[in-house]
Amino acid sequence: MHDEQPAITVRGVERSFGEVRALAGVDLDISPGIVLGLLGPNGAGKTTFVRILATLLRADGGSARVLGFDVVKDAAEVRKRIGLAGQYAAVDENLTGLENLVMVGRLYGSSRREAAARGHELLAHFELEDAARRVVKTYSGGMRRRLDLAAALVAEPPVLFLDEPTTGLDPRSRIGMWTVIERLVAGGTTVLLTTQYLDEADRLADTIAVIDHGQVIAQGTSDELKDRIGGERLEVRLEDRSQCETAMRALAPMSDEEPAIEGHVVTVNVRQRGGTIVDAVRRLSEAGVEVEDLSLRRPTLDDVFLTLTGHAAEEPAAEEEEAFA
Amino acid sequence: MRRLVTDTLVITERNLIRLPRAPELLLAFTVQPIMFVLLFRYVFGGAIHTPGIPYVEFLIPGIIVQTIAFGGFVTAIGLNDDVHKGLIDRFRSLPMARPAVLAGRTAADIVTNAIAMTILIVTGVIIGFSFHAPALHVIGGVLALLLFGYAFSWVFAFVGLVASTPESANSIGFIAIFPLTFISSAFVLPATMPAPLHWFADVNPFSKVINATRALWLGLPAGNNVWLAVVWSIAIIAVFAPLAVARYRRQAAT
Repeated sequence: MHDEQPAITVRGVERSFGEVRALAGVDLDISPGIVLGLLGPNGAGKTTFVRILATLLRADGGSARVLGFDVVKDAAEVRKRIGLAGQYAAVDENLTGLENLVMVGRLYGSSRREAAARGHELLAHFELEDAARRVVKTYSGGMRRRLDLAAALVAEPPVLFLDEPTTGLDPRSRIGMWTVIERLVAGGTTVLLTTQYLDEADRLADTIAVIDHGQVIAQGTSDELKDRIGGERLEVRLEDRSQCETAMRALAPMSDEEPAIEGHVVTVNVRQRGGTIVDAVRRLSEAGVEVEDLSLRRPTLDDVFLTLTGHAAEEPAAEEEEAFA
Repeated sequence: MRRLVTDTLVITERNLIRLPRAPELLLAFTVQPIMFVLLFRYVFGGAIHTPGIPYVEFLIPGIIVQTIAFGGFVTAIGLNDDVHKGLIDRFRSLPMARPAVLAGRTAADIVTNAIAMTILIVTGVIIGFSFHAPALHVIGGVLALLLFGYAFSWVFAFVGLVASTPESANSIGFIAIFPLTFISSAFVLPATMPAPLHWFADVNPFSKVINATRALWLGLPAGNNVWLAVVWSIAIIAVFAPLAVARYRRQAAT
């Protein structure tokens, strides 16, 4: 798996549903053994993209290859080499955890005994061994997701599609899921992970592709993307809101852009590197501005997303959940 | 081909394991026909005349055919559920034989139909039904019924994949099957119906299967009914199995 060929090659893939253009010409290469995070808001086309690569849906135009096999012409070959774990935990609720994995193993062509052995191995790996003989109906949301992921790994596929693996999970299960995915990736599997959570992409992905309105609008590592929107951000919280104007005027020379105000907080995208805080404090005290708090931070993926697309990545509801994480 | 057989068996097994764990379906599927048997035997039966045959013996084959035709509900609802829960996506992403999910589902119905048939025959015997034919003919009747039930499982497989929700699968099936079972020779002699209904009841495949079963179980003249019943069943499979498989291949999860 260490050749130069990309594990997944996508060229000009398009797909519409009636009037809605879900994918408007996607080009993407994914190198073997990396985690590519496909980041985008709800409705950006992430799931459609994964479904096309997983041979579940045909593209209207363009082509896609997985490990050199065309997803339409060589669909059967592609299916032998991929694992799919979806947004909705696709396991049978009326079977036990073990029965689910044995079923999937046998559908990959293993004997009952081989499938059972692999099933136990995976259940142990995902800390589900105690629940192996319990019907999935009784599992928690996090346990279902782990079982779903285990089912995707039954045949040890070299390519894995994870479509929003933590959407809808509580923060604790989510962190558990992240740990599981990280362990997996250490094993050299090529992973295409879709997510609408910036922190998830930041933590898990080697490379991030930002998708919006059916097109990849930026690609790079988390740091590369952050560098694209420039330097650091200075946030100044004022004692007195009426001094906002004064503070803005005092800080304006530090940036090429107009400082922004939100409540008591003035935000400035600073040009220089180093000495920023000292410089800011000097300018503010000369102007007689009372400062409650002052901080300097690198841009987050949130800022990147906002800059690239003109809108925030996450739905307001999702953001609220995030606050508890 | 070997993959098709083994994959189908895996899916059949899955559906049979599920059965006792979600007993609501099986329960509805057996208790309701018993209520029908009692209703027709003791409430309506006295007013229905079936010259030459005690009504209970006339009734049991009719109710069994009705029950077995409805047996495909388990398939329709189960498949629809699989589509919505994403299990169909999982299956379609696996390197398994394409028709196996449907073939395994419908094969499992044969078992549920056999269970329902046994329960109904036992109920019938308790209230006065008995076979009046050699064992081979009785078995022939059982096989013809299972084949017919299997054919309707394919109809329901198609309905289950096409319908947007389990509830709509349920009502599409009910609307289609209800007139077929009642405008037939299941509960009354078609000759007692108004002319258009009489005509429909005579050409209705349900009547063919019901008449064939009565002939085989009660030792009556069978006429063309037995082979017509078999031909109808095979024709239904020949139409609906390819339709359902084609639909499955391009199923998009909703």
